[in-house]
This record gives sequence, structure tokens and C-alpha cells, in this order.
Amino acid sequence: MTTQNSNSADVSTAQETTHDEVLLSVNNLKMHFPITRGIILQRQVGSIKAVDGITFDLMRGETLGLVGESGCGKSTTGRAILQLYEPTDGAVVFEGQDLTDINSGELRRMRRRMQMIFQDPYASLNPRMTVGSIVGEPLEVHKIGGSRREQQQRVQELLEIVGLNPYFINRYPHEFSGGQRQRIGVARALAVNPSFIVCDEPISALDVSIQAQVINLLEDLQSEMGLTYLFIAHDLSVVRHISDRIAVMYLGKIVELADREVLYENPLHPYTQALLSAVPIPDPQVEKKRQRIILEGDVPSPAEPPTGCNFNTRCPQVMDICRQYEPSFTDVGEGHRVACFLYDEVEALNEAGQPVAVAA
Amino acid sequence: MANLIEVRNLQTQFFTQDGIVHAVNGITYDVAEGETVAIVGESGSGKSVGVMSLIRLIPEPPGKIVNGEVNFDGQDLLKLNEEELRQIRGNRIAMIFQDPMTSLNPVLTIGRQITEALELHLNMNREESRARAIELLELVGIPDAGARLDDYPHQFSGGMRQRVMIAMGLSCNPQLLIADEPTTALDVTIQAQIVDLVTRLQSELGMAIIWITHDLGVVAGLADRVLVMYAGFIVEEGPVDVIYGQPRHPYTLGLLRSIPRLDLGRQKRLIPIEGLPPDLLDPPQSCPFAPRCPFVIDKCLEENPPLMAISAVRSSACWVDLSDVEIYDTSADEQVEAVA
Ligand SMILES: Nc1ncnc2c1ncn2[C@@H]1O[C@H](COP(=O)(O)OP(=O)(O)OP(=O)(O)O)[C@@H](O)[C@H]1O
Ligand SMILES: Nc1ncnc2c1ncn2[C@@H]1O[C@H](COP(=O)(O)OP(=O)(O)O)[C@@H](O)[C@H]1O
Ligand code: SF4
Ligand code: SF4
Ligand SMILES: [Mg+2]
Ligand SMILES: [Mg+2]
Repeated sequence: MTTQNSNSADVSTAQETTHDEVLLSVNNLKMHFPITRGIILQRQVGSIKAVDGITFDLMRGETLGLVGESGCGKSTTGRAILQLYEPTDGAVVFEGQDLTDINSGELRRMRRRMQMIFQDPYASLNPRMTVGSIVGEPLEVHKIGGSRREQQQRVQELLEIVGLNPYFINRYPHEFSGGQRQRIGVARALAVNPSFIVCDEPISALDVSIQAQVINLLEDLQSEMGLTYLFIAHDLSVVRHISDRIAVMYLGKIVELADREVLYENPLHPYTQALLSAVPIPDPQVEKKRQRIILEGDVPSPAEPPTGCNFNTRCPQVMDICRQYEPSFTDVGEGHRVACFLYDEVEALNEAGQPVAVAA
Repeated sequence: MANLIEVRNLQTQFFTQDGIVHAVNGITYDVAEGETVAIVGESGSGKSVGVMSLIRLIPEPPGKIVNGEVNFDGQDLLKLNEEELRQIRGNRIAMIFQDPMTSLNPVLTIGRQITEALELHLNMNREESRARAIELLELVGIPDAGARLDDYPHQFSGGMRQRVMIAMGLSCNPQLLIADEPTTALDVTIQAQIVDLVTRLQSELGMAIIWITHDLGVVAGLADRVLVMYAGFIVEEGPVDVIYGQPRHPYTLGLLRSIPRLDLGRQKRLIPIEGLPPDLLDPPQSCPFAPRCPFVIDKCLEENPPLMAISAVRSSACWVDLSDVEIYDTSADEQVEAVA
């Protein structure tokens, strides 16, 4: 099986990847899920703040890695951006249009430009559909497949692009391995010619020997088609490999965002530092010399996040101010942003008694 | 150190409707007292079946241990009756599993689950066992242990449940702890807590550990020796530094090459292992890695190489000499300083 392909030119015209055009702009995005009690009369007794005010830009052609521990809101972020959930607050401006503020017809048209690849290649494909109808379905939904014959041709082309044999078109998902199923998911996402793909842990369910196949495929497709990725993962080694920039999430918020190399060489946020130090490195010599920052305790519930900095219950460097106020997401230079009082010069309190951060 | 357990030519099969699954195909290895041995390999390579066979936890039928010996402290575990085995399981050999939720009883309190084993194996009374349970929970770092004893498993987080499993595993001072992917379901920061905990407990209590994982990074920080499994065979075996420094089996080499490393600069391109592992219902007579192996020669297709000693401390099951092959093509990579 190969990951290279030669005939992708007719799928989409390759684009320049200079990363200087904003494709997607996420502003103060919030996604709160209501917690309800009562069987007949449901009353809301609280809310899960799965995503609680995040802001970032995504440049055309780049890969932004989104990392963080289970339950911190990565998938919810991806889904809220694609409007698979209706965000509680905030704006998602994609190719110039605020997706939270357009009618359903316009949204449907925009959906063609944005696709998602899911974590679990076993659960995400309908077991009763053939590979042909799985990959062809988006063509039908968006009525862009042309005649039956044209559609079939297009599906076979897509299978070839993702390194699957086009003769597999009439087979069912259970006849494929995990890595092959993930390729089917990728082919389906590519069917409508998207410019932006949310990859939600696309390799987590795969064996290490197969993961590299799918990573290489995603990289090839990006350089050939100029795709933009939001790459969600909890494996920081993989994220470092594939991303241009990386955002670290903790309990519904982005705590640090930086260029890939900058983040790994000069992590500023205490959580990022702990996260990086926890990643095991497959080299006994290196491992012997490493000093781990072992965090105490677990991630608090997103239904009751701590007041102040939401990392203060586990932070090795917590200060008094961290329990009272929330640090702002400050640019410390060249687009390296961090939300932590260690880097947030507090100069004055405003009338409400809130500290006012002075941007560096 | 003396050998604590000696596994000889262990072979386990499953007799299913579709045919015989050749899950473990004659594996031989030793674990010394106090030693940590890691077993790595991709899913389905026989890691779990291999260790569950040691204490006969294989569902029979369809499973059957068709061959082999497991010598533990002078007796062959495969020849013991169920009662004799029960004296060893959970007592001298303890096991912790990947998913603590399925291995904890959801309707019993955490405290009861620990005290039960203590009362059974160590003949403690209620009070003694309760005191010891608190001690154990404190040992594995559960805050406010006395108060948490009456909680149910669902009231604990994933990391805390895994700690409870470890506390239970350690409750009878085992000589051997078998851990089957105990951190796979956990986040890296929690994984670091657990690895740290187990290493600390081992240096205090001195038990031997068999740690199954597919994460080569975890192995590097934890193990003395590593066994690499593929298609039910051990294909490479030796001290962890030696194996990682210069792998001598193409599968081990392929694994190390295919994973991105946090401490290296962007590798130009990952080198995947192409293809898939063989179907264990119909295993080939050739070397099982041959269809995916970049070093394959004619002999590989004719004869499956046995695990052969290539030095005093290591063995490999391969016909080809890889001693000159470099793992990382460092010339092409922009190297960056190791992370802190
Ligand atoms: N539909 C929903 N209703 C209520 N709560 C939800 C819903 N979806 C997610 N949540 C909650 O929101 C939080 C964030 O979930 P999310 O799935 O985004 O996490 P994640 O970072 O993707 O985690 P993982 O790494 O485990 O996939 C969690 O506490 C989760 O339980
Ligand atoms: N109860 C069972 N019935 C049939 N086949 C089984 C059973 N348990 C395991 N196997 C098969 O044995 C092989 C080895 O499995 P296992 O040891 O669980 O792999 P892993 O290395 O992932 O732990 C696999 O092919 C698996 O499908
Ligand atoms: S703001 Fe305070 S508690 Fe939060 S990460 Fe920084 S130092 Fe730690
Ligand atoms: S014996 Fe041959 S096919 Fe098998 S791993 Fe060695 S070189 Fe590859
Ligand atoms: Mg998720
Ligand atoms: Mg297993």
C-alpha cells in the first residue's frame, strides 16, 4: 500500500502555503452544556463549561495542533467550530463569514468547505454501507456528484488518493483494518473538496506501526491540496511532528499557544511544562537523565472549575493572586501567548477590583 | 539475581468456529527476582494471552494452553490444580489490567474490595484488614484514605481507580506483579504519576514486574529488559539500553523509526511499517514479518527464524544481520536540543 499518489491534481488545485491569510478566526468561543434534573419538568441546575472562551486564528495551509488531557474540551472545540453544536457564545469566522450568524442554507453551503475526521475508525463508519456509498454519500448530500457513473469514478479516484485499492468500492467496513478504515474516513472527508479539516485524534485508535502511515497520508494531502488542519491529539510527540503551531488546552481554555519549536523549547505555562515533561521518550539514555514534573491530583470537573486561574489546584507555582483572579491570555512576543500570572504584569486594579494586565 | 519465573516454549491457541487462532506460538523467557521486564508489540501480537497463560486466566474453552512450562519458585504452574493456583494468584503473583473500571466491582466499596483479598489470603480479621487497606491507599497516594474507603469505584477518577488496582495488586506483597497496559487509558500526566508510583513501590518492596505496553517511550523509562512480540512470537529480547541503542530485528527497528520523538527536531518524514500483521488463523510458515520486511531474503520465506542468541544478553529471531543499520537518518534531520 502506498501513501503517495499522482492523480490528485484533478481533486483540487494545489495552493501556495505561505500561511499569511487567515482562514478561520475563533473569538471567545464558549460551549456550555446544561446539567438538568427532574424527569418530567427538566430544570437546569448548572452547566458543564466544556469550552469556556477560547480565541485563536488559523492560517490557510497551516496545521494547528490542539492538545490537552481527556475531557479538557478538544473535541467540543472542533465540533463547535464546525457548528455541529450551537455555540453558547462567541464568533467563528470562516472564509470571511461568521458561521454562528448565518442562515441554515448558507451554513449548508459552508459545510462543504469544512470536514471532520474522527478518532474511532471502528465506530465512525456505518457497518451496513459499502465503502462506495460511505465515501460517495457527501457527494449525494451536497448534490455535486453528477451522474451515477461520474460519482463512482470520483469515489474510486478518492480511494486511490488515500492509498486504497479502487476495487474495494463494494466492500464493507468490517473487511478492513483500523488503518484502512481511517483512510476511508479521510476519503469521505475529501469528497467535497474541503479547505479545512478538523482531525479529531485520527490516529489514537491505531497501532504505532500503522500511525505513521496515516500521518504521512495527511501530510501528503495537505501539501498537495493546500488543506488547513486543526489537529486534535493527546500525543504530544505526534503533534510536534505534524503541527506548525500548537495550542494547549486545560479545562475549557487555551492556556498557551505558540509556534511548534517555541512551545517545545521554551514552554512558559506551568501546565505545558508538566505536560511536556510527562511525555515518555523512546530512548533509555534520555529517560534516565530526565526530570519529571509530577502533577498532583486530577483535572477538576468542568461543571465546577476553580475560581481564578483554573489550573491553581494543581499548579506547582501557584500564588495568592491565582486563586482570586483569572490571568489574561497575553502575547509575550511573536505570537507566543500564555495565560498565567507569572508572565502577566499586574500594574493596577480597575474600578471593579480586577487586575489590569499590561501586555508585553 | 535468581530467576523468579521461567517460561518455556509456552504455546496457547483458541479453538474457534473459524479455526485455530495461533495466539502464542512457543515463547521462552525468564524474569529475575526484582527485575522489570516490558513486553511490547502491536495489538493482537499475543502480549495479554501470553501473560494470562502464566496464571491460567485464559478462558477455556475456546482457549487452551497446548504446550509449555511455567516454572515459578520450583513448581510448574501449568500443572497445579485450581485450588493450588488460587493460593498463588492475587497473592504471590498479582495482576493489574488496562481498564480499572471493568476489574473493580461497581457495587462493592473500595475498602471492601481490598479487605476481601487480605482476609482471604492473609487471614486478617476485619479490623486488621481495614487498617491495612488504609495503609495501602495511602501508599499509592490517595488523599484522605480513611474517608475514601467507603466510596464506590464510580466516585473515583480513572487515575485514582488505577491506584486502587495497584493497591489491591500489592496488598499481599506479591513477588511478581503483572501489569497489562495499566496506563494506556490514562492521560500522560496521570501516566507519569502511575509510573512514578510503581517504580517507587518496586524499590521499596522489591517485587519483579512484567509490564505490557505498546508505548516504546514508557518502556524506555521503566524496564530493565524488553521482549518484543510479533504474531505470537518473541522476535527480539534483551536489556532495554542495548535494544534501543541498536535493534537487531527489523520489526523493532521499524517501530522505533515509525514514531515521532518529542526530543528530536521535525523528522522529515516518518517511516511507517507498510502492510499489516498476519492473520493468526492462518499463520505463514515463513518468517511472520516477511511480507512487511524491507530486509527480506529468500531464506526468510523458506524458514521461520527461531529466537537466537546474538550475544550473552540478547537474542533476535532474524536471518539478517542488522548490526550496521542506523535507526535514525540523523543527517537529514534538523536536530534540536533534548527537552528538559
Ligand atoms: N453533549 C455533551 N453534553 C454534556 N457534556 C458534554 C457533551 N460533550 C462533551 N461534554 C463534556 O464536555 C467536556 C469536554 O469534552 P470533550 O469531548 O470536548 O473532551 P476532549 O478534550 O475531546 O477529551 P478526549 O481527549 O477524552 O476526547 C467533558 O467534561 C465532557 O464530559
Ligand atoms: N477469547 C478469545 N477467543 C479467540 N481468540 C482470542 C481470544 N482472546 C484472544 N484471542 C486472540 O489471540 C491473539 C492474541 O491476543 P492478545 O494476547 O489479547 O493480544 P495483545 O497483544 O493485544 O494483548 C489475537 O489474535 C486475539 O484475537
Ligand atoms: S496563573 Fe498561577 S496557578 Fe495559574 S498557571 Fe500561572 S502560576 Fe499557576
Ligand atoms: S527473517 Fe527475514 S523477513 Fe524475517 S525479519 Fe529477518 S530479514 Fe525480515
Ligand atoms: Mg475528544
Ligand atoms: Mg492486550
